[in-house]
Amino acid sequence: MTSPDLRLGVDVGGTNTDAVVLDADDRLLAKAKVTTTSDVTSGIDAAIGEAVEGVDRARITHAMFGTTHATNAVLERRGLRRVAVFRLGGPATHAIRPLFGWPSDLREVVSAGERIIDGGIEFDGRELSPLDRDAIVRFAGEVAGRAESVAITSVFAPVSDEHERAAEELVRKELGDVPISLSSTIGSVGLLERENATVLNAALVDVARGVAGAIGGALAAHGLAPVAFFAQNDGTLMDLEFAIAFPVLTIGSGPANSIRGAAYLTGRSDAIVIDVGGTSTDVGVLVNGFPRESSFGVEIGGIRTNFRMPDLVTIALGGGTVVRENALGPDSVGYRIGEEALVFGGSTPTLTDAGVRAGRFVLGDAARLRARDDLLLEAIARSDATLADAIDRVKVSREPAPVVAVGGGAPLVPDDLAGSSEVLRPDHADVANAIGAAIASVSGEVDRIFHLGPGGREAAVAEASQDAVDRAVAAGAASDTVEVVDIEEVPLAYLTHPAVRIRVKAAGPLAWELTSRGTPEEEP
Amino acid sequence: MLLDGSTLPALARGCAILGAGGGGDTAVGLLAGLQAVEDFGPVPLVDLEELPEDGLIMPAGGVGAPTVSIEKIESGEEGGRLREAVEAIRDRPVVALMAGEIGGSNGIIPTIWAARLGLPVVDADGMGRAFPEIPQVAMEIAGISPNPAVMTDERGNVIVFRATDGDWMERMERAAAVEFGGMAWSSEYQLTVAEARDGAVVNHAVSLAIRLGTVVMEAEHDPVDTLAREIRAARLIAGKVVDVERRTTAGFVRGAVAIEGLGPDAGRTLRLEIQNENLVALEGDRALAMVPDIISVLDSQSAEAISTERARYGQRVTVIAFPCDPIWRTARGLELAGPRHFGYDLDYVPVEELHDLA
Repeated sequence: MTSPDLRLGVDVGGTNTDAVVLDADDRLLAKAKVTTTSDVTSGIDAAIGEAVEGVDRARITHAMFGTTHATNAVLERRGLRRVAVFRLGGPATHAIRPLFGWPSDLREVVSAGERIIDGGIEFDGRELSPLDRDAIVRFAGEVAGRAESVAITSVFAPVSDEHERAAEELVRKELGDVPISLSSTIGSVGLLERENATVLNAALVDVARGVAGAIGGALAAHGLAPVAFFAQNDGTLMDLEFAIAFPVLTIGSGPANSIRGAAYLTGRSDAIVIDVGGTSTDVGVLVNGFPRESSFGVEIGGIRTNFRMPDLVTIALGGGTVVRENALGPDSVGYRIGEEALVFGGSTPTLTDAGVRAGRFVLGDAARLRARDDLLLEAIARSDATLADAIDRVKVSREPAPVVAVGGGAPLVPDDLAGSSEVLRPDHADVANAIGAAIASVSGEVDRIFHLGPGGREAAVAEASQDAVDRAVAAGAASDTVEVVDIEEVPLAYLTHPAVRIRVKAAGPLAWELTSRGTPEEEP
Repeated sequence: MLLDGSTLPALARGCAILGAGGGGDTAVGLLAGLQAVEDFGPVPLVDLEELPEDGLIMPAGGVGAPTVSIEKIESGEEGGRLREAVEAIRDRPVVALMAGEIGGSNGIIPTIWAARLGLPVVDADGMGRAFPEIPQVAMEIAGISPNPAVMTDERGNVIVFRATDGDWMERMERAAAVEFGGMAWSSEYQLTVAEARDGAVVNHAVSLAIRLGTVVMEAEHDPVDTLAREIRAARLIAGKVVDVERRTTAGFVRGAVAIEGLGPDAGRTLRLEIQNENLVALEGDRALAMVPDIISVLDSQSAEAISTERARYGQRVTVIAFPCDPIWRTARGLELAGPRHFGYDLDYVPVEELHDLA
C-alpha cells in the first residue's frame, strides 16, 4: 500500500533555491537547484516543480521551508512595517531607552515612536508599578495613522503577561485592527533582547505573510497540499501559522539547516561544517549531531537578540566572489554568476573561475581563463588561507578536525585544507540546506522564573518540562516522541525567597498523524 | 582619560574579566553607560592625586540578583538620590563616584550616574574584582565605617542603614533588596580622598579594566593567550562545560561548574566552586586556584568572560586564574575573603606558587 509518506524540503537562499524530496526513512528521492529570482516566488515555484517531477505528489504530506527572507528584509531594510514601541517598565528602565544602539537607518525605517510607560512586573509577580492606562491611550493616539504595527514589552513579562494583555486591549480600542506583538509570546528573560525581538517581529509581519503566500501559491500550482513548516534559528521546525505570527523566529535558520544536513549526509556527529555559498561562507561546528550554539546572544543586522543560533564564523567568500589583483571580494556577482563569470562568457573574474583554473570545478569554458593564471592562482591560494583561518577560529583545539564541505561552492574547499584531518564531500552536498530543513525536529521552549513551593525544584522542573513538551506538540511534534532535550536552571542570587529561572527545550520528530495533533488522546 | 563611547566597550570587557564570574551582566551596564555619555557627555576618569584631600568619595553600585538586573533595568536617577542622601547626612559635597566593586556591571554603574551628576569617576574601586558580600572591600580592611549606608530603588524609596558591623549591613541590605524587587542601589563606606590615598581602596582599578578590555579587543590572533600574558595568568584548563549545578542557600547562589578538558587537556576535569563568584578551582582533591585570587571563565574563542549566571552546558571555555590585589593577601584580607571565610578547609596558597604564570 502506498501511504502518504514523503517530505519536501526547500531552502530559499540569496543565490540559489534548493528543493529535495525525502521519504519516511529520510532517503533522498529527488533534488533540484535553481537560481533565486528577484521576486523569490518564481524561484520557489521552479525548484519545487523540478523536485516533484516524477514523484507521486499525493504522497507528499509535509513541506519544510528554510528562508533568509526575514533576515534579508532586516539587512536590506525593505518591506518592514512601521512599529509603535510600548515598553511597560517605568519608573525603572529609563537608563536604556527602547531601540538604543540600533543602527540609525534601521530605527528610522522601523520606528513609529517609542515610549516608556509606568507599569511592569517584579520577578515575583508583584506589580513593579501600577499600569498607567492613560499614558497608553495617549501614546496610541499620538502614533495613530503612523503606526502600522505595535510591539508591547513589559518588564518580567515571562513571569506574568498581565500588563501586556491589558495594554493590548487598550491599544486595540484606539488603533483598531493593527497587528500587535507581545514580548511574553516571543522571547525569554532579558528585557532588551526580548524587546528587540518583539519589535523586529512586529516589523516583519508582511514579510511573513508574503512568503507564506508565495509558498502557498507554489504548492498549489504543483498540485501539492502538504502541511507546511518553517525552520527556525536553532534548526528546529515551527508550523506555518506559528511562523506567520512569529516571523522573527525564522531569522538565521539557514546555517542550522546546513549543519544538520551535513550531519545527515555524512553520518558524522562531530565535525566542522563549511557551507560555501555564492556570496558568503558559514563555518560552524557539529557537536553530537547538533549545531554548536553561541555562548552569547546573537546579533542580527547590528541588533542584539537572545536567539539561540549556531556559533558561526561568516566570511565574505563564495563562488561569486569577485577576484582582483591582491584582493578577494568582499563583493560577489551573486545570482548573476551565470552571465558574469569568465567561464560562462562574462568579463568578471570570480572565485568560480579560479576554482576551474585550479581544477576543483569542471564548469563552463576553461579555455576562456587563458592568460589569467597569475590572478586566478593567487586568488585560490588566498581563498585557501582564508578558509583555513576560519576553521581555526571555530576550533577549540589545535588538533586537526574532520571537515564537511557543503553548499554550491563546496568544491572550492581544498582536500589538504590546513587544520583539517580530512575533507568529506558527501553526495548531494549542494542541497544540504534543503535536506537539513526536511529532517529537522519540531520544538517547544519555556524560559520562566518559578517560585519554589512545597514540591521544591523537582515540581518546578516537571512543570516547565511539561509546558515545553506541550509547546512542541502545539507546534507540530508527535506527542509520543517529544522529549526534553535541554534543561537549564538559574537560581536568583542574593534573594532570601527561593526562586529559580528554568529554561527547558523539548523537541521531537514531526507528527505524521496530523489529525490527532493538539487534541488529548482518548482511549476507549 | 574620558569615559565615553570609545573607552566604555573596553571597560565593560575588562570588568567582566575582573568579575570572577560575578558582579552582574556587563552588556546591560555597557548600554546604560553608552546612553548616559551620549545624553549627558563623557565622564572624566580622575586619579586620586587630582582630587582635594578632604573631598568625599561616594562608593556605589547595585545589590541584588543579576537575573533581575537584566530585566528591571535602572532608571538612571538612583545615583542622584544616593548622592543627595549622603550629602545631607554628612553635610558635605561628594567630589567623585567610585565603584564599590570593579567586577561585572557594578564597575560601569558609577559612570551612568556620574554623567548625569556632572561628577568625575575616580580610578579606583573597593575590591579590584567582585565579591559576594558588602563588607568584602578594602575600606573595611582599612577600618573605614560602612555607616551611614544609603539604599534606593527605581521608584524613589530611600533607606538609611546604621549597622553595628559589616556583616549586619550585609544582612539588612540583602533583606531590603528582596523587598524592592530583587535589586536595589546603595552606597556604603564613603571615605575621604586622603583615606583613599592612604590605601583604603584598590587604586587604578578602572584603568586596569580598560587596559584588559583593550588587549582582548585588539588581539590579532589568540585573545585568550594575549590576555593571559597581559595579566600574568595561569591557564587552568581549556575545555567544555559539562555540568552546571546551581542552588540557592541563605540567599546566595552556590554550586559548581565542571569543565572537561579538550585537546592537550583531554582526560582532565576541573570543578569550579561558586558562591556568586568563582571561589575555588579543584582537580580531584587538589586546589588549582582559590579565592581571593581571581578565577575567570573565558570563551575560548573570543576571550569574553562568561558570568556564573550565563554558564551553560557545551560552552567552549578556558579557565584562567591570576593574582588578586595584595590587600587581600593580608591577614585581615584573608579573614574577610579567604577560602576559610567561605567554608573551605584550605590554607590560602597564592596562584603563582601553584603554577607558572604566562
